Amino acid sequence: MSVSLARSMSTAFEASGQNGPGTAVNPSPAKVQIRNVGFHYGKFQALKDVSLALHDRRVTAFIGPSGCGKSTLLRILNRIYELYPGQVATGEVLVDGQNILAPGLDLNLVRAKIGMVFQKPTPFPMSIYDNIAFGIRLYERLPKSVLDDRVESALQRAALWNEVKDKLRQSGLGLSGGQQQRLCIARAIAVRPEILLLDEPASALDPISTQRIEELIAELKSDYCIAIVTHNMQQAARSSDFTAFMYLGELVEFDATEKIFTHPTERRTEDYITGRFG
Amino acid sequence: MRIYARRRLSNYLVVGLSLCATAFGLLFLVFVLGTLLINGVGALSPTLITQSTPPPGSAGGLLNAIFGSLAMTLIATLIGTPTGILAGTFLAEYAHNSRLGEIVRFINDILLSAPSIIVGLFVSAILVVPMGHFSAWAGSVALAIIMIPVVVRTTEDMLNLVPNALREAAAALGSPKWKIIVTVTYRSAVQGMLTGVLLAVARISGETAPLLFTVLNNQFWSTNLNSQMANLPVVIFQFAMSPYADWQVLAWAGALMITAAILLLNIGARMFASWSGLEK
Repeated sequence: MSVSLARSMSTAFEASGQNGPGTAVNPSPAKVQIRNVGFHYGKFQALKDVSLALHDRRVTAFIGPSGCGKSTLLRILNRIYELYPGQVATGEVLVDGQNILAPGLDLNLVRAKIGMVFQKPTPFPMSIYDNIAFGIRLYERLPKSVLDDRVESALQRAALWNEVKDKLRQSGLGLSGGQQQRLCIARAIAVRPEILLLDEPASALDPISTQRIEELIAELKSDYCIAIVTHNMQQAARSSDFTAFMYLGELVEFDATEKIFTHPTERRTEDYITGRFG
Repeated sequence: MRIYARRRLSNYLVVGLSLCATAFGLLFLVFVLGTLLINGVGALSPTLITQSTPPPGSAGGLLNAIFGSLAMTLIATLIGTPTGILAGTFLAEYAHNSRLGEIVRFINDILLSAPSIIVGLFVSAILVVPMGHFSAWAGSVALAIIMIPVVVRTTEDMLNLVPNALREAAAALGSPKWKIIVTVTYRSAVQGMLTGVLLAVARISGETAPLLFTVLNNQFWSTNLNSQMANLPVVIFQFAMSPYADWQVLAWAGALMITAAILLLNIGARMFASWSGLEK
């Protein structure tokens, strides 16, 4: 165990091309290894040779100015980009050692293992209960009582249960923006994924809802490998263990969050986090 | 200040012209409806729905024509709705950016504006001539052909209004594409799609030209879909053109009934749209 752990850590550090994370962060196995990933929207190259590792039970934040490729990178991790023609990813993304960019994989099974929450809340036009049950029903046939339990526990983990337990049959569209986003998080964790991808999950929310989402991320970290894209540097500093700074489609620096925000190695990282550009 | 005076003047001018144009359009609509009401209400009687079309000079009703119109509209809707919705789904969900999609969309637009008499002639040539006789089936097929492009268009438009984020969210849970369409996309677009179907039904329920060449008319009560069948538009056409006063009265009554039915369908479609919109 310790050998493989050490190996995955060293791979992660080689891949990042940076020094290892600071001692403040306990090592944990690399869940996802992103190796030499590139991406094209038609002729436009959005990502160039990005390599890093995402660790289990840790939060990795992706920061950088608009258009730097951080959302694109997240969209590669569950191959959601393939919904659109003309978008091509190269390189390897190993999840538990299996390359999910390889052809011939069952995409739906890959996505069931990797949950995603989007910038704008996207409740389905159905009841709160069915919103959560939708994903569970895709892959599991459960008796009603078990399904009820799963729905309840997902809503509880997303800190939404107390607000909606009396109106599970009402439309999910009737919730507030912050509640809708927590509903989407509940929906994502209800299918018991191993990885959670959060694409600016709080950027459309008010400060109080944002705080609740951040608390939720801290809570969920104990069970999942979480990757979060954010425009908000305080959010990255507060809620992540590792931070990757991206610029113009390249990974500039990847390290422990504490190190990135106190002693960044790269000049561009420092300029960005101190607000000199971006 | 002169620039403000000029702006105000041009504002009045444009508002005035727009009001005139609206009044001009509405005037004829009100005129048509008024004439229909004046001539039609007097012609309404219980026998309209209890007796079939009479020979000239005797009393009768429109029962056979009402039945024929309902039956053919129903069959056309049963053919046209699934076909139209599936084709619209293909265009919006599967062939959004493809060459084939472009071609299908273009042809559909042509079909959408094709004169209905051409559709009548076409169905006459492929069904009535080989069968050797007019039939309600042929009439239903002609109506369905008119209905399909309307449903295709509204279905595609409504599905295109569904945000991609919703499809992405369902796909991210590992949902296969067909399941996303059936359970998420359709649900988001259902009121628009059904409104489109209702409007298409309203459109075909008043069509005359495609029926003239396919089902023609029938003086008598008939439920045989393999033969000629009475229907309101053709009865109105025939009776209104006739020299017999009692036939003309029946034509007015029929015209009023069709108009009222279409009006109700439209109101129903709107109410349905706003009712389901409330859930959002």
